[in-house]
Amino acid sequence: MYSFDYERPSGVNEAVSAIREDDKFLAGGQTLLPTLKLRLAQADKLIDLSGIAELKGISVSESEVSIGAMTRHVDVANSADVKSAIPALAYLASHIGDAQVRNRGTIGGSISNNDPAADYPAALVGLGATVHTNKRSISAEDFFVDLFETALEEDELVTKVTFPVPEKAGYAKFPNPASRFALTGVFVAQTAQGVRVAVTGAGPCVFRQTDMEAALSSNFSADAVSGIKTEASGLSADIHASADYRANLISVMAARAVQAAS
Amino acid sequence: MTVENGIGASVRRKEDQRFITGNGHYLDDINRVGQTYGYFLRSPHAFAKINNIDLAAAKAAPGVVDIFTGADMVADGIGGLICGWGITSKDGSPHNAPPHNSMAVDAVRHVGDQVAFVIAETLQQAKDAAELIEVDYEVLTPVTNISKALAPGAPQIHEEAPGNLCYDWELGDKAAVDAAFANAAHISKIDLINNRLSPNPMEPRAALGEYDAGSEELTLHTTSQNPHVARLIMSAFLGIAPENKLRVIAPDVGGGFGSKIFVYAEETTTIWAARKINRPVKWTADRSEAFLTDAHGRDHVSHAELAMDNDGKILAFRVSTQANMGAYLSTFASAVPTYLYGTLLSGQYKIPSIYVEVKAGFTNTTAVDAYRGAGRPEATYVVERMMDTAARDLGMDPTEFRLKNFIQPDAYPYETPVIMTYDSGDYPLAMNMAKEMIDYNGFAARKAQSEANGKIRGIGTAAYIEACGIAPSAAVGSLGAGVGLWESAEVRFNPTGSVTVFTGSHSHGQGHETTFAQIIADKLGVPIESVEVVHGDTSKVPFGMGTYGSRSLAVGGSAIVKAVDKIVEKSKKIAAHLMEASVEDIEHEHGVFSVAGTDKQMTMGEIAFAAYVPHNYPADLEPGMAENAFYDPLNFTFPAGTHIAEVEIDPTTGVVDIVDWAAVDDFGNIINPMIVEGQVHGGVAQGIGQALLEGVVYDDESGQLITGSYMDYCMPRADDLPNFRITTTNTPCPSNPLGVKGCGEAGAIAAPAALMNAIVNALGKDIDMPATPEKIWRAINSN
Ligand SMILES: Cc1cc2nc3c(=O)[nH]c(=O)nc-3n(C[C@H](O)[C@H](O)[C@H](O)COP(=O)(O)OP(=O)(O)OC[C@H]3O[C@@H](n4cnc5c(N)ncnc54)[C@H](O)[C@@H]3O)c2cc1C
Repeated sequence: MYSFDYERPSGVNEAVSAIREDDKFLAGGQTLLPTLKLRLAQADKLIDLSGIAELKGISVSESEVSIGAMTRHVDVANSADVKSAIPALAYLASHIGDAQVRNRGTIGGSISNNDPAADYPAALVGLGATVHTNKRSISAEDFFVDLFETALEEDELVTKVTFPVPEKAGYAKFPNPASRFALTGVFVAQTAQGVRVAVTGAGPCVFRQTDMEAALSSNFSADAVSGIKTEASGLSADIHASADYRANLISVMAARAVQAAS
Repeated sequence: MTVENGIGASVRRKEDQRFITGNGHYLDDINRVGQTYGYFLRSPHAFAKINNIDLAAAKAAPGVVDIFTGADMVADGIGGLICGWGITSKDGSPHNAPPHNSMAVDAVRHVGDQVAFVIAETLQQAKDAAELIEVDYEVLTPVTNISKALAPGAPQIHEEAPGNLCYDWELGDKAAVDAAFANAAHISKIDLINNRLSPNPMEPRAALGEYDAGSEELTLHTTSQNPHVARLIMSAFLGIAPENKLRVIAPDVGGGFGSKIFVYAEETTTIWAARKINRPVKWTADRSEAFLTDAHGRDHVSHAELAMDNDGKILAFRVSTQANMGAYLSTFASAVPTYLYGTLLSGQYKIPSIYVEVKAGFTNTTAVDAYRGAGRPEATYVVERMMDTAARDLGMDPTEFRLKNFIQPDAYPYETPVIMTYDSGDYPLAMNMAKEMIDYNGFAARKAQSEANGKIRGIGTAAYIEACGIAPSAAVGSLGAGVGLWESAEVRFNPTGSVTVFTGSHSHGQGHETTFAQIIADKLGVPIESVEVVHGDTSKVPFGMGTYGSRSLAVGGSAIVKAVDKIVEKSKKIAAHLMEASVEDIEHEHGVFSVAGTDKQMTMGEIAFAAYVPHNYPADLEPGMAENAFYDPLNFTFPAGTHIAEVEIDPTTGVVDIVDWAAVDDFGNIINPMIVEGQVHGGVAQGIGQALLEGVVYDDESGQLITGSYMDYCMPRADDLPNFRITTTNTPCPSNPLGVKGCGEAGAIAAPAALMNAIVNALGKDIDMPATPEKIWRAINSN
């Protein structure tokens, strides 16, 4: 770790006006701190978001679940309100990393980082969520741009994420045996706007599987998707899985997500 | 009469209170006034010539105390690291052991090779300065795969090892084997890869070097499984300091699995540098360094063939293996694929003739050496995968095929064609018990049920044997070992009756403080709370050989028993004097000395007190109550048993669910069943890790280590493991006084073969470790 300055503001405005080039927001630190420790990243200053009360917490209405950027995975996983409004979202959060990671890691940190194998991006895109920042509101699909890349500007801070409550949703994850991130995760939702199928882990960035969406629109059942193949070209390949195998997992996980949908 | 907490009791481990409450003293917990911090600049390249190292900017960086390179050590007369076991090739030539400097002199040969040692006031400063070192590398083409390294035209890693060959070794009667194959009714063949593993002890390696300019004594705290051997090598071969001026201490050590047997570059450099700067130097590996530099395990490529007659009786066995040694020959690396491997290829079977040849070679990878099981898992894997293949070829049930070919219980001592003399055992008993435990006969019905659920079920057996308690000295010496393999102990009573046991064994998680205390409690009636076990400090304990190869109890425990026998003998004389009887009439049981035929008796405590306050004492006896002993056993011990694994595979993903596991192990007599059970659990877990999850991967082209962190190297977790059904059989070992055999490695030896046989049984085709979901899915979807 290289040395850096540290600040802990108590409001969003204070935080965004403090940030300069080469500074970083610090949320749960579960991604940022290991990369700093390994000297893979360097920051002049860390702006710790943990003192900003308005970034924390969950509120649920009839039509929407709103989760503050600094809400930890464990809080989403355990929230009775989330469990009853979008059980698949609570389930997803409960399967991120291990207990230590869930006790520190946040939704804002996770989506701002946009790891290709992260779980939350599947939920955001699958549910058609909106990312709110200090500057604007961005649809999930526009927010996740590419591998570790989002629509966020340097001085832009995620404040919360709002999820429309679906009729039904399910998530199925095939964990990478080593890291337990998603080797492939599929989030399926039946919403007022139609069926959405979002895939994480399999490619460089979360994406929608439109063939499966079409199939599920006419027949929302596991059988409708288990036979639908995804083109392997463009999917990721590494020592853990080839593109072919990931393509297969998309079909299998999609079927399981549909089966689990509630 | 049984003694509380004596032999056979599942006593809770005395040391766990300290470990679990964070009160252990691991190396990084130890700090000294004026301590500096060392950091190694390591090679980013797998293979490169070093044209120049420019230290100027780094030396001027804040906080830097000094920076050393390999050239400085050479200039100081420090020798290279050694391999302590000489192997002779088929043609009679000694193995090639190219120079192995602690830090690179003119070339780097694997990613992570040491290039410079930066010492600074803080670790951060040392790391900052290391970034300022400019190394002019001339990058060369590396080779990481052993078969490619041994092929003609491969990059030449060491001038001293043409063709990258370390040795070409053989064992057994080739002519007899060839003749048997020529006349065989059936021949079965198999090709196998034994995957490369990273040892991953919980505590990374570390060292703290100190120099006392007044006494000229060096003290090295190090994460070692055998501190005396480390001292011997550093003194006699590297020239760090004379043995009497070098103290090596291995404090609480957090696991080793073999990887802390070896004398490494970093520890050596740290103690050397402490004298150079005349200040304490601390070096602690981080996990990335552990992946890059802790000696790896396994990495064999083998072809095996089995000859059988018409009835399925085995006639002969031949094996050809390539073994990857890595970039340099580590401390005991040469012995692992030879005398710890070839000698076990008879398994539990009566095989009239066996021939094995092993080519060991160098690659641009981390050195490979002993890792839990060391050679014996490799042997078991070849033998047991071969047995299943042969049974499948013959259309026989694999357990029936094994039962037909087992060495029978009345055949001991049994001499194998590969120079081992098995001393005891009952292989059919363990096999039949394991089959019963897992309801082997009900498998077909369970398989049908799985099939109805869209799953593929398989069952697999491994009847393993290992040679533990590596010994005796004369035998290992004749096979090339550079050391003797005995063990030492001292049993010292304090005047108040408590006992300190000094042992040359070293505990790094095995629970010696409990097991050894139980021996004293049982033999001498001293409560285990009053027994202190001291190990790991060359200035406290007599010269010892350390802990590896499941030898601590069989060899180290036996040395304690020998010392206890001397205590008893002396105590009888004192008791006879004090109770006015003749020595012949003194009877001893569990620390109570009585005069035969009377109710007169004295306790061990009373006698020890009399020995230290000898007011009324035999005139011809020395005062005091302390005895030491060195024990050199008669033979190896031969733990053996059967493990059976049952799996269910999800064909849509290739995921293996281990649904059942039965283990029947013959460990001889058992001192603490709970500790033994824990060792089996841990060993099986590591074996399952090898079979399903673990595997070191290097990039073929660049030689970069891809599995350099837990993001990519998969260790087994609790939810990867089944519930184990575990039991033991107990044929006492005839070659040591405790009748014990050793249990530390059995699980890791048996498990990979059992599990892979189960998977192969399910799939109906061969597959290599690690059997990842994708490999299995591909096997299912290919024809
Ligand atoms: C062992 C381990 C296992 C894991 N397993 C999983 C898994 O299975 N699935 C999964 O999805 N994830 C997993 N993670 C990642 C985990 O979910 C992290 O919490 C997440 O990646 C980052 O969240 P954080 O709150 O820790 O963010 P930090 O590490 O603090 O920050 C991450 C990045 O986001 C930026 N940032 C943080 N908050 C904001 C904000 N509000 N606005 C703008 N930028 C911001 C930071 O500047 C930084 O660049 C794992 C992590 C570890 C260490």
